[in-house]
Amino acid sequence: MTGHDHHHHHDHEHSELSETELRVRALETILTEKGYIDPAALGLLIDTYETKVGPRNGARVVARAWTDPAFRARLLKDGSPAIAELGYAGRQGEHIVVVENTPRLHNMVVCTLCSCYPWPVLGLPPVWYKSAPYRSKAVKDPRGVLQDFGFGLPEGIEIRVWDSTAEIRYLVLPMRPAGTDGWSEERLEALVTRDSMIGTGLPKQPHEIA
Amino acid sequence: MEGAHDMGGVPWSGPVVPEPNEPMFHAEWERRAFAITLAMGMPGGWNIDMSRFARENRPPQEYLGMSYYQIWLAGLERLMLERGLIAADEIAAGKPLHPTKPVARTLTPDDVAKVLHRGGPTEREATRPALFAVGDRVRTKMMDPPTHTRLPRYVRDHVGTVEMLHGVHVFPDSNSLGNESPQWLYTVTFDGRELWGPDGDASVKTSVDAWESYLEPASDAG
Repeated sequence: MTGHDHHHHHDHEHSELSETELRVRALETILTEKGYIDPAALGLLIDTYETKVGPRNGARVVARAWTDPAFRARLLKDGSPAIAELGYAGRQGEHIVVVENTPRLHNMVVCTLCSCYPWPVLGLPPVWYKSAPYRSKAVKDPRGVLQDFGFGLPEGIEIRVWDSTAEIRYLVLPMRPAGTDGWSEERLEALVTRDSMIGTGLPKQPHEIA
Repeated sequence: MEGAHDMGGVPWSGPVVPEPNEPMFHAEWERRAFAITLAMGMPGGWNIDMSRFARENRPPQEYLGMSYYQIWLAGLERLMLERGLIAADEIAAGKPLHPTKPVARTLTPDDVAKVLHRGGPTEREATRPALFAVGDRVRTKMMDPPTHTRLPRYVRDHVGTVEMLHGVHVFPDSNSLGNESPQWLYTVTFDGRELWGPDGDASVKTSVDAWESYLEPASDAG
C-alpha cells in the first residue's frame, strides 16, 4: 500500500463508519435482549484491555529480567510461569516463549495469518501489526520493516523472525541499554517500549528519558 | 484454505505505517465489537479455530476491503447465523424477531476476570513420542486444504530445521471442524534463501510453529 492508498483506505473506512456503527448497535441490542450478553460484562472487558492490560506489563517483565539474573533464566526457560510471577497471565498468553536479543541476533515477531499477539504482556496489537504491509513484509524483508520504523541494524546482525502460527506467543527480550548500571527496575521500565518487545524497535537510550 | 489472510511474503503490500500514540480503539463501535465478540464466545460455544475460519473464509476483495474489527464482526455474525443464535432479518430489523435459542452459559460480570485469567490453553497430554527432535531437517508438505489450516503458503514445500518442541497441542485444522485431535507442535526455522531464492536475505531466518502432520523428514537432509 502506498502512502496515498493508505489515506484512501482511511477515507473508505470513514465513509463506512456509520453503517458499521449501526450494525454493531443492532447486534448489541439483539444479543442483549436475547440474554446472550450482559452489557456490564462488556464494560469490564473493554476497561480491562483499554486501561489495565498493556505494554507496561511487558516493560515490567523486561526490567525484572535486566536486573534479576535468576528471573531472566526462568523467563527464557519457560515464559508463561515466570511472567505469572508478576501477575500477568491468561488469554492469548497461555504459552509465552521469550526470545532474547544479543549483539549478534535481533528477534522480530509477526503473525502472517491473523493477529496473534501476547495480550497479557503487550495488550491488544496496534493497527500496523495487523496490517497487510507488516504481515507480508516481516517474514521476507524484516530489514525493510525496520527502515519503515526509522532505524537500521548493522550488517552482520542476524535477524530472526517468529511467525506466530500456533498458540505459542513470542515476546522479545531487548538488550539493556548501555549507561544504565545501577538503575532501579522502575527506572529501567521507562526505557522499554512496546515496539522493542515486538522487535520493530529498540529500547530508549538513557538520555531520551528525563 | 487459500485466502487473502495468508499474507506472508505477498508482494503488494507497501510500507508499514505506524501511528504515533495510537489509541487502543479508534471508535466506540470498535470497543463494542471487540467486547461483544469476546463475550459471545461463552454462549456461542465455538473455539478459536472456528472463529479464525469464520473471519478468513471469504473472497479476497471482501477480506481486504474490511478493517480489522469489521472482519471480527463479519466472523461473529457468521458464527451466530450458522448456529441459529440470530437470524439475518433480526440484524436488518435491529431487534429480536424470533424466540431465543437456549444457551448453556453467558458471561457475567463476575466471570470476566477469571475467564480472561484462565484463557484457553491448547496443550494436551502426549500419548505418543514426538516423531522429530531438535536439529532434525524436515520438509513442510505441499498442501492446500479447502478448510482451515495454519501452515502459511510461503513455507509450504520447504526444508527447515526443528528448533523447538512445544509439546502436544490442539490441531487447528481439525479443531475448526470440532475435533481437537492434538499433535506434537514444533518451531521449524528456515533460511531466507530457502524461502525466497537467491535474492533472499541470507542474514534472515524465519520460523513458523508447525504441527507434526504438516511435516515429513527431509530427504535431502544435511
